[in-house]
Amino acid sequence: MITVNGKEIQMKQSISVAAYLENAGYQMKRIAVELNGDILPKYEYSDTMLKDGDRLEVVTFVGGG
Amino acid sequence: MREEIDEEKEVPDQKEMSQEVNDIKEKMMEGQTTKTLTKEEIQAALEERHSPEIQKKLSAGHVTIAGLGGLGSNVAYALARIGVGHLHLIDFDVVDITNLNRQQYFMEHLGMYKTDALKSLLLKINPYLDIRTDCVKVTEENLISLFEDAGIVCEAFDNPEAKAMLVNGILQHFPKKKLVSATGMAGYGSSNTIRTEHLMKNFYLCGDRVTEPGYGNGLMAPRVAICAAHEANMITRLLLGEEEI
Repeated sequence: MITVNGKEIQMKQSISVAAYLENAGYQMKRIAVELNGDILPKYEYSDTMLKDGDRLEVVTFVGGG
Repeated sequence: MREEIDEEKEVPDQKEMSQEVNDIKEKMMEGQTTKTLTKEEIQAALEERHSPEIQKKLSAGHVTIAGLGGLGSNVAYALARIGVGHLHLIDFDVVDITNLNRQQYFMEHLGMYKTDALKSLLLKINPYLDIRTDCVKVTEENLISLFEDAGIVCEAFDNPEAKAMLVNGILQHFPKKKLVSATGMAGYGSSNTIRTEHLMKNFYLCGDRVTEPGYGNGLMAPRVAICAAHEANMITRLLLGEEEI
């Protein structure tokens, strides 16, 4: 089980952060991701496997300023 | 000037004004003041309002504002007015007629670079501020050199991908810098859905997080200014040592 933005999510199989984000429908160019309290650089999304107990925070940016 | 004097009369309990500030007010009432105040006069007025201890911290503050539209121009105004001493303004764009509905520019600025227009406006408030400008588009390539000397970073872009790029870049390359960002402030929805959140160690996010501009729900001065004020106040709190929202 992992926690994403405060919600607990059961993982059937181990997947990468990139795969999780794509499956969840996030637009990759409009997000910032924190994994267990630290920013996760974009180039690490594909190689970082989510494991039991991980806490993921995904910040989505919308336009306007 | 008139309003200021009346306000003072209505608040009899307020600490007595310093002689220096009173002298300036009297001169202005008599039409004898010169156009430009001295650095000492402005400093005295700021200390009068904020206290010398607080003003010392604000005057020593360094803030880099990336994006000088509805968010950035309002943030810059607020910080300049309270005498934040060192401002770094970054934007690549020129003032457009559609900016006038929410951004702190005037007709005379149409076609001017926002960095030049805003700097000239801020110096009218306080000509002794240290204002650096960079008329450039922030990219992954120039981000490190643009922000390596930054104190607090204010993300104030319009484009969501530019926002994400800057936030990722700052958090990744400069994890110790404080970063205040904003997302979701279009339209005329409730003021009270705009909030400040402390999302990561040094990362603060203002806005309602969802409302992007759309037909009949564009970016409008009141709500964009509310969001900008959230950013400006969080930056002020950080300058004064308050890290909680």
